Amino acid sequence: MFDSLSTRLQGISERLRGKARITEADLDVALREIRLALLEADVNFKVVKDFVARVRERAVGTDLLSGLNPGQQIVKIVHEELVAVLGGERHHLSLGAKPSVLMMVGLQGSGKTTTAAKLAVRLRRDGKKPLLVAADVYRPAAVDQLVQLGDQVGVEVHTRPVGTPAIEVARSGLEVARQRGVDVMILDTAGRLHVDEAMMDELVRIVGSVTPAETLLVVDAMTGQEAVRVAEAFHARLPVTGLVLTKMDGDARGGAALSIRAATGLPVAFLGTGERTDGLEAFHPDRLAQRILGMGDILSFVERVQENVDQAEAEKVAQRMMENRFTLEDFRSQLNQIKKMGPIGQLVGMIPGASQMAGAAQEAMDSGQMKRIEAIIDSMTRDERRRPDIIKASRRRRIALGSGTSTAEVNRLLKQFVEMQKMMKMISGGKLPRMGGGLGALLGR
Amino acid sequence: MFRRRREEPAGPEPTTVARPRREPSGMGLRARPSGLGARLRSILGTGSPATEATWDEVEEALIGADVGGTTTLELVDAARARFRAEGGRSGDDARRALATEIRDRLVRAGSGQFELGDAPSVVLFVGVNGTGKTTSIAKLAHRLIGEGRTLALAAADTFRAAAVEQLRIWGEQLDVSVIAQRPGADPGAVAFDAVVAAESRGLDAVLVDTAGRLQNKQQLMDELAKIRRVIERRLPGQPRHVLLVLDATTGQNGLAQAEAFSREAGVTGIVLTKLDGTAKGGVALAVVDRLGVPIQFAGVGEEIDAFAPFDPEAFVEWLFAE
Repeated sequence: MFDSLSTRLQGISERLRGKARITEADLDVALREIRLALLEADVNFKVVKDFVARVRERAVGTDLLSGLNPGQQIVKIVHEELVAVLGGERHHLSLGAKPSVLMMVGLQGSGKTTTAAKLAVRLRRDGKKPLLVAADVYRPAAVDQLVQLGDQVGVEVHTRPVGTPAIEVARSGLEVARQRGVDVMILDTAGRLHVDEAMMDELVRIVGSVTPAETLLVVDAMTGQEAVRVAEAFHARLPVTGLVLTKMDGDARGGAALSIRAATGLPVAFLGTGERTDGLEAFHPDRLAQRILGMGDILSFVERVQENVDQAEAEKVAQRMMENRFTLEDFRSQLNQIKKMGPIGQLVGMIPGASQMAGAAQEAMDSGQMKRIEAIIDSMTRDERRRPDIIKASRRRRIALGSGTSTAEVNRLLKQFVEMQKMMKMISGGKLPRMGGGLGALLGR
Repeated sequence: MFRRRREEPAGPEPTTVARPRREPSGMGLRARPSGLGARLRSILGTGSPATEATWDEVEEALIGADVGGTTTLELVDAARARFRAEGGRSGDDARRALATEIRDRLVRAGSGQFELGDAPSVVLFVGVNGTGKTTSIAKLAHRLIGEGRTLALAAADTFRAAAVEQLRIWGEQLDVSVIAQRPGADPGAVAFDAVVAAESRGLDAVLVDTAGRLQNKQQLMDELAKIRRVIERRLPGQPRHVLLVLDATTGQNGLAQAEAFSREAGVTGIVLTKLDGTAKGGVALAVVDRLGVPIQFAGVGEEIDAFAPFDPEAFVEWLFAE
């Protein structure tokens, strides 16, 4: 839906062909496009203004680098400036003496509770003992939500009976944390509007009572122009130390991060991706910059794959491929993983240069061929899937009957599977086969 | 392994604590300082003549309210044309022209009109995570009950931790039955159960909650399309309403949300939530303009009655208020 900024600037490059320097007039055109791209990415319009002015300053009179056309060079400058604003130092949690308190704050629905659970998982992975404290005493079932998430990930959750003030939940949580030798107490608080004085006062009192080492402002990546005002208001009242940008698995560009960073100087600490409790990533300024500019298609592809592929399973399969032990069982699990990623055409279309393949892949999927392959494999016994060579004539007839296909189709699948195995042998032997084999060959196209 | 510790005895379902209450007014919308209105007034002035430069600044102000590039340009062009056609001179004239253009678009799409229609009417709530679907359901239920309607709520968000409990608590507070299955159940099956229950009990309406989902997750969007089909098959012509719950704080991604949810679930209207903050919900204007989907309700606070049929007149007035 969005044109990437590079595409937009292509026209400018045409005009500038043969010139050795970028002039003011050339820049005006380019900067208008950049301004629009940033606004579409929800970067605050005031921040955009300053940003564009800075890019102009840097770009005027810049000598053109060889190998880059002027459009690309401007994109490069914009990208570098973005990284400079977003990045600088990476934010590491400084947790101090134990038990230290990590407090989550933000607007309603930004993802505080989910992020609290994700942080608990991450801290435990780093060898810390976390405690979750459910101080959202307002939203119905918010406490239940944290308790359930805590159960899921095996982290203790401190709660108090309904009616207990949030500050009391926090204070007693800290008490429990001390008694149990907890390293980090993660304090979930109710979502609130930055203009709600009474609710902001509550947070100020909680801060006074438990003195958080880190206060993370949780911001939805889809937030629009108000992001700056929201962040400034929280920052003004509370010792906010960093940002968590959530719902980054969506297709919002996340310009809010740039706005907040530019306006408050707060660093981005983490990115939240997905509803699973392991969906918390370290922040890479470079990647976010590309995303804001709409250059992130290949990255989204990688993300989509990462998100839907069971890493452990994928590694197991890869290992077996390398050792020539790839079986029909592995193949079946691969098919499943591919299906989980959504329409295959869309998926393939994300890979630069692969758009013409997208149609064919989608067609194969739609024509039910994938289903037939699945049915055939599912009609095999476990032994047959692991050692297809034992499948002789009578087994083939049974499999065809069981899957509602024909022995010819079973034969074809088996033959293609053997081809695929051969190819893998070549890959693992260091000889690269021609492209377009693998799944494509197996689908018979 | 850690064991969770709950100090609260397993007893009746917990209710919740009331937040400190704030004052609503009008459609429930409260004017905020330094909003769009103040900015427009400072740009356009009152008596001074409107020039080209001022229109550029108006554009900027609208973009600052999340209206987005395309819609802003169209709006300003239309307002400028109207201003000229009506022989406008002053900043006030310009502001009036802009207000008229915005209001006309909202009215044209049918904003604010909501009829339940034939019983049982099925109202499906959809949207991305965290926009306020469950709260909006409770608020609409409260409103419909006040009008003497009989209802059931369907807990078809079987995914998010404690989503079913959240709806159950509302059900208890509102004294409305909640149709639910265990967490992780097929949401289509929950919706089906709820529709059947509504039929057999002769209810006026069933409000169906669904899990929040990001519109680029095709599998989840397919699931939503399926929920819709299940309802349609059981009760042709339903769901009569598919309400997209849109957070007013959302930026331009709101447009992508509206497009995807319309495509997959046939959105019939928008519930614009969280208008009690400083955000103006300008992206909703873009959605109305680009997709022709009306805004039907506005969420203006935490309280159960902080919810009103969307009033284009009041909205524009609020948008331009200082």
